[in-house]
Amino acid sequence: MSERMKATTLSTRSNLERRHLIQRIAFGLLWAAGVIAVVVTVLVVAYVVVQGADEVLTVEMAHVTIDPAEGRMIVDLPDDSIDANVKVIEWPIKLPGAQLIVLEGVPLLTFLLTEPKGGLTGEGGISTTIITTLYLVLLTISIAMPLGVGAAIYLVEYAGEMQGRNVWLVRLVAVVRFGVETLAGVPSIIFGLFGYALFVTAMRFGFSLLSAGLAGACLILPVVIRTTEEALRAVPRSYREGSLALGATQWQTIWKVVLPAALPGIVTGIVLSVGRIVSETAVFYVTLGGSHNLPTSLLSPGRTMALHLYYLAMDTTAFQKAMGTGAVLVVGIIIVNAVINYLSRRFAVSARGR
Amino acid sequence: MDMNNVKLETHNYHLYYGEFRALYGVSVQVPANQITAIIGPSGCGKSSFLRTFNRMNDLIPGAHSEGEVYLDGEAVFSQDVVELRRRVGMVFQRPNPFPKSIYENVVYGSRVHGVRNKGQLSAIAERSLKAAALWDEVKDDLQKSALALSGGQQQRLCIARALAVEPEVILMDEPCSALDPIATLKIEDLMRELEKDYTIVIVTHNMQQAARVSDYTAFLMMREDRAGELVEFGSTPELFTKPQDQRTEDYITGRFG
Repeated sequence: MSERMKATTLSTRSNLERRHLIQRIAFGLLWAAGVIAVVVTVLVVAYVVVQGADEVLTVEMAHVTIDPAEGRMIVDLPDDSIDANVKVIEWPIKLPGAQLIVLEGVPLLTFLLTEPKGGLTGEGGISTTIITTLYLVLLTISIAMPLGVGAAIYLVEYAGEMQGRNVWLVRLVAVVRFGVETLAGVPSIIFGLFGYALFVTAMRFGFSLLSAGLAGACLILPVVIRTTEEALRAVPRSYREGSLALGATQWQTIWKVVLPAALPGIVTGIVLSVGRIVSETAVFYVTLGGSHNLPTSLLSPGRTMALHLYYLAMDTTAFQKAMGTGAVLVVGIIIVNAVINYLSRRFAVSARGR
Repeated sequence: MDMNNVKLETHNYHLYYGEFRALYGVSVQVPANQITAIIGPSGCGKSSFLRTFNRMNDLIPGAHSEGEVYLDGEAVFSQDVVELRRRVGMVFQRPNPFPKSIYENVVYGSRVHGVRNKGQLSAIAERSLKAAALWDEVKDDLQKSALALSGGQQQRLCIARALAVEPEVILMDEPCSALDPIATLKIEDLMRELEKDYTIVIVTHNMQQAARVSDYTAFLMMREDRAGELVEFGSTPELFTKPQDQRTEDYITGRFG
């Protein structure tokens, strides 16, 4: 081997070592970033859950009397309990002549099952706020999902088709898309303000589930539209062509091929929106009111868990209860995500075949 | 060629994508119940030409055309496009089964055309899969995902799917280009079989394949402005052995392309 070749080999080798070193450093940094991100997230969640666990997991022994003949159940908590009260739950099915069933010492998670009492000490549990949160999520999603998914389908499947054919439509679509993107970045209190001005005052819905549902729908609409658009765009063109080439109409193609293929992505968008509604405070502060009673109609005011947490933390001395509410919120969101993920995967498999 | 047996015909057909002219004045008569191959160098507009017969070019923004295209003597552009595509089926370059079960793939077309009866659908599935020479391989597990099949099986599934709606013409856009030689052979055998009942038009960049399977061949080539034009059309043995045009001869002897 000549001197010169040896030199080249050597320089290549030292360069190789350097490249390996840089790679190792880069991967080390990426690994560290990943670890820190995970640790921080886990810390936040764990702190809230651990702090709140005491409150949430307080078990009290109740005296339960079930009276099938009258169709009611009487729950009696011990007198020394802070949430001491007698609760009567009634249902319409009566079984005349049936025996009374008396249960002693039924363990109850009182925090979840009793109503908040309001006041400066923030006594009570969070039962009504859990129900209100569920109502609001259902209401918001049932308004925003059809609108958002529909708009996204229009934008991707029809308006895209029109490109180069109708100049005005193309411009309109560009404006809509810009609007959607801008809205997604607007602070949520703006939606609250808008909801307050339009739904609460101008339309006279007052502080109510309806006002909050409509304002919440405005808030999540951009998220639903964008995630649905992305899911639709990810469906290969070849599926659409395959369907159209068989003589399917465009609508049949969308309904039978494109939407099922895009469903997991669309569901992801819905899950994100559910999370957004469950955790949203600002919008509902100015549209839902703050009543801790159970809403009885669309026009009743109410208080979601997140809102309750805010009230507890800011207006009362019950910081532990705020933590407890936070823990329930966090765990609830985790469970919802897991269940919906599981369902959408199950659906994907059943639609695709094994 | 006997004029009574013309299934598809184009007359002075020009295709544009926006400003760009993709096809220049193509006139051709495709005989019924024969296999017609379209060959030519890459980018000469073979696929674009094929996609005029079932108006798939309608889906491309900015595409427009001049000239006439006929199916059984009727202008395709004045027909209902949904019905046209039922009569003129298509198999694509890459197998594109839907992410559904084998069964659902095959009966998809029948379903969209309104067949609801389960027994009828099963019969259609069996008949189509048999016609596409796939039945024996999948009959035990029709609920399996179509995506779990091999590439060659997927392509035969796509052929079965096209056959299920009882088309008159089957357009094949390089149906074997993503397949291995054995799978290719199976598809070619299948085409020979299908020719009895269907008019087949196949685009291929593989001249051997054109020579092996087709009865007629159309040779397309780019002009100076990159628009594709028809150079020669004739029976396959004639075109390959006694090409009339110098450019055809250059192409089939492998001097370019």
